[in-house]
This record gives sequence, structure tokens and C-alpha cells, in this order.
Amino acid sequence: MLRLLNIEFQKLRYNKAAKVITITYFILFTFIALIASIEFNFLGARFRIADQGIFNFPYIWHFNTYIAALAKLFLAIVIVSMMANEYSYRTLKQNLIDGLSKKEFIGSKFIIVIVFALASTLFLSIVSMILGLSFSDYNEFGIITTDLEYILAYFIKLTGFFSFCMFLGVFVKRSAFALGFLFIWWLFENIVYALLKFQIFKGTDVAEKVSQFFPLESMDNLISEPFSRLNFIQSAANQLGEGFDKDYSIHWYQILIVIIWTIIFVYLSYALLKKRDL
Amino acid sequence: MENILTINNLTKKFGALTAVKNLSFTIKKGNVYGILGPNGSGKSTTLGIVLNVVNKTSGDFTWFDGNTSTHEALKKVGAIIERPNFYPYMTASQNLKLVCQIKGVSGAKIDEKLELVGLLDRKDSKFRTFSLGMKQRLAIASALLNDPEILILDEPTNGLDPQGIHQIREIIKKIAARGTTILLASHLLDEVEKVCSHVVIIRQGVKLYAGRVDEMNASHGFFELKSNQNSILKKWLSENQKFKNYKEEEDKIIAFLAHELDAESLNQQLFKEGVVLTHLVKRKESLEEQFLQLTGNQK
Repeated sequence: MLRLLNIEFQKLRYNKAAKVITITYFILFTFIALIASIEFNFLGARFRIADQGIFNFPYIWHFNTYIAALAKLFLAIVIVSMMANEYSYRTLKQNLIDGLSKKEFIGSKFIIVIVFALASTLFLSIVSMILGLSFSDYNEFGIITTDLEYILAYFIKLTGFFSFCMFLGVFVKRSAFALGFLFIWWLFENIVYALLKFQIFKGTDVAEKVSQFFPLESMDNLISEPFSRLNFIQSAANQLGEGFDKDYSIHWYQILIVIIWTIIFVYLSYALLKKRDL
Repeated sequence: MENILTINNLTKKFGALTAVKNLSFTIKKGNVYGILGPNGSGKSTTLGIVLNVVNKTSGDFTWFDGNTSTHEALKKVGAIIERPNFYPYMTASQNLKLVCQIKGVSGAKIDEKLELVGLLDRKDSKFRTFSLGMKQRLAIASALLNDPEILILDEPTNGLDPQGIHQIREIIKKIAARGTTILLASHLLDEVEKVCSHVVIIRQGVKLYAGRVDEMNASHGFFELKSNQNSILKKWLSENQKFKNYKEEEDKIIAFLAHELDAESLNQQLFKEGVVLTHLVKRKESLEEQFLQLTGNQK
């Protein structure tokens, strides 16, 4: 385990591009905090986002995990190129010849996936905690620890997404094409969803029921958008007579779907590697 | 003697093409082996299979008498195949450090091995700044990091300039002199002839010969002869039991021996017959000629 982590760390440590992107990614996190200080004039009324309750416990867990998850594409680039580079440098072949088994190879990459997901989760928890303690209207322990499942969902979501990227890296072998493929897959899921929703099963919720099993959609579903949950947006909507009735919570089966996808992607990466002649 | 690698009826098919066909041979400890064959004869595929990067179609192979799994065995093997593959953004010593981690050995020998291949002064240069010759030498250093039981080299001098070829061969000889078993795949005959004690010859995936280099051809060699009395000479050659056959090449007569005969007695006998030679050379077939005979016969 430690040996595999060391090997991967050695590979990433000296890769300038990977280092820059990873550092940028974590710096972006702290930018969530910057939102707090933004104060702007809105029709003569002074308006500060932090005062609108986005940093209130427990809502902050939902809001921050949702926003932070948007930045996952940065690490996706690192992971895809980490896989694809092994092919383009032909170092995968050399690694195997040097005595790494194919299982260990995929294992070492999956460890990095977990490390990235775990580091993001930890970092995000700390940033959210600090922001919450500074801006939240409620600081009771019971309220702080409510809705912590968003943190778990965030971790599962990142692990699933990065595993998908890892698989694409193995499958496509070229980083640019793999990222392109990721985009095409995203389009594909949306087109299928739209077809189901507006053509085949018009007026029913079959489309949602089916699409929740799609890999990217299932990861998206874990943390739904938090904006319509904000007080001022809800009250605005109520005034317009458009009440929201939405389920924001995380269900166990949603987590299960993403975990199953993670297992599928890791296994497929391994099966593909095993089958291929290098 | 201890077996390092045993290959049994190994077959590899790429679709309709059979790259390796029922190949069997054994590598014993302490010898220097050459795998010889024209381009595309299945040398690299065979090495790829035993090195765990190409999947076999059928047959099997065992490392170290089958006592360990392939990837564990590979930690005791040093191998470079085709061109050297390293991370271009890492320096020489960082790349070697990584190999040490994969093989599970300490990094203490990095400098020693870099010294051996003459790259110690470039150890902190990035791999991408290296010339092909330097990359190849770094690959050899990397293959030696674990003091392997066997060193496998696939066309180590391919694409190098004469100086680079010379450096690599010197390094190989140095390593061979220490008693390390070496398996060298090449299509360059003189390379194999200069370095190897044993040879396996493959053509289109089929083994043609396996054994000692000097026993490869049981022939007694041949004479190159020139004389002003060619017609008598030819008649004498065709009647003499010691000669298999002869052929004319430009102005020379090449006479192949069926039995042992030295140059002095041939000269004496011919002189008695009244044939005066103007040119007499006794030669053994070079590996190249033997190789062409072997591979040509199968067509």
C-alpha cells in the first residue's frame, strides 16, 4: 500500500503541470471564502452574499460541497493525464517489466484517486467550518453536525468521478481525447435524458428514474443544486407564486449507485489493462 | 545447472498472424544467450510475453523453476525492450529512484550504476535532454539496479551511432564478465557472435536452432582457391572425397569440406597433381553465413 503510494507520489511530485493544476485547485477552494467579502450595491441597497445565509449551518455543508464539486474538473485533468501519460511515455510497459503487476498498477492509481478525493473533502470541511463559525447565525453543536452527509456524498461523488476519469485515461490512452470523450459522454447522457423526457415517456417521471442510473447523472444527483433552497430565493419565488417543492436530501440508494459505478470503472480499467498487449 | 527461464510451446497469435509458434527453449544460469532472427521474427513478442506485457495465446513459461509469480520474478530481472522508456520530466536519478521503489530495493546503488554506464555527471539532468545513446545507457543502468539474475536486452544498439554502439557493447561485455546471465535479442549477427556463447535462432516465430554458437554448424569450413590451372583443379575437387562440393565465385573457387583437411596438406596434394595455387585461404563460415544458410533452407 505504502509502496504504491510512494511510487505514484514520486511520479506526480516532479510533474510540473500536475503540480500547478493541483495547487490551483486547492487555492480555488479558498476563493469560496472570498465570496463572503463581496459586497455590492444593488439598486441602492447594500448587499453582501455572506449575509444572505449561505454560510449558515447546516446549509453551508450543502452549498459548499455543491460549489466545490464544480472545481473537480481540475483534478480530472490531472488524473486523466496521469493515466494517459503512462501510455504516451510507454512507461506503463516499463513499470510492468520492472516488476509492478497490473493489479498493483491500477491499485496505485486508485490510491491517488482516493487521496485526491479525501484531500478535497478534508480541505473543504476545514474551509466550511471556518466560514461557518465566522458567518453562521447559528453555532450550536447540534446544528453544526446536521446534514454532514453532504460531506460523505461529496467524497463519494469525487471518488466516482475520478474513477471514471481513470477509466477514460486507460481506455482512450490520450489525455486530450479522454477529456473530449468525457464531454461527449456528458452530452450523450443529456441527449438520452432529453429523448426519454420529451419524446418517449412524455409527461411521466420515467426519464428521471432511468437517468439516475447513468454514471455522470448519478454523481450529479448526489448533491442537488442548493440555490433554490436559499431563503431570499424561496421568498421571491413565493411572491411570484412559484413555490419550490424539491427533495434536497441524499438517499442511500443514490450513494450506492455511485459506489457501484466506482467499482465498475476500477474493474473495467483493470480488465482492459489485462487484456491489452502493450 | 539452475534454470532461469523455461519456455514451453509458447504461441502468440495477433489475429490471423502467428508471431510466435510453439517456441521452446531454456535459459540456464551463467551463460550469455542471443536470440537471433530477422526483423519481425517474433523476438520482441517472445520477450514481451515472458516480461508480462504481452498476453500469450497458448503454451507456458516459468521463471526460476516456477517458484515465484511472474511479477515477483521480474523484480529479479533487469530488462530493456525496444527503446528506453522513462518519465521525461524527471532527472536520471529520480527515474532510477522510481525503478528502485517498484523493484522494492534501496536506492543506494543508483550512483554506482550511473557510474558504470558513464552517466554519473548527468544524474541531475532531465531525461528529455538526453541523447538516444544516453537514454539507452540509462536504461541499462536501470536494469542493473537490483543486481539482476538475468539481464534481458532487446536490440540494445538499435539506432545508435558507431560510438554509442561501441559504448553499449563494452558495457555488455563488462556485465557478462561478472557472470551475469544475459539474454540479448538482435538481428545483428556480429553483435551476437561477439558477445554470446549460446544462440536461439527464430524465423517467423519458429525456432530453427538452439545451442552453442560454436556448435551451430558442424561444417569443417571451406577453402578459397585460385589457380591458373582451374580445369584440373575443378576435376580434382569433384573427385576428392574430402570435399562436398564447390562453386565458382568471380575468379575464385570456393570448395566446401566434407572432412577435416588443413591448408598445408591440401597445398602439398595439389602441387603433386601439378596444380600451383596463386591463392589459398581456409575459412570457417561466419555466423552470418551460417545464419543465412539456416534461415534460407526453410524457405
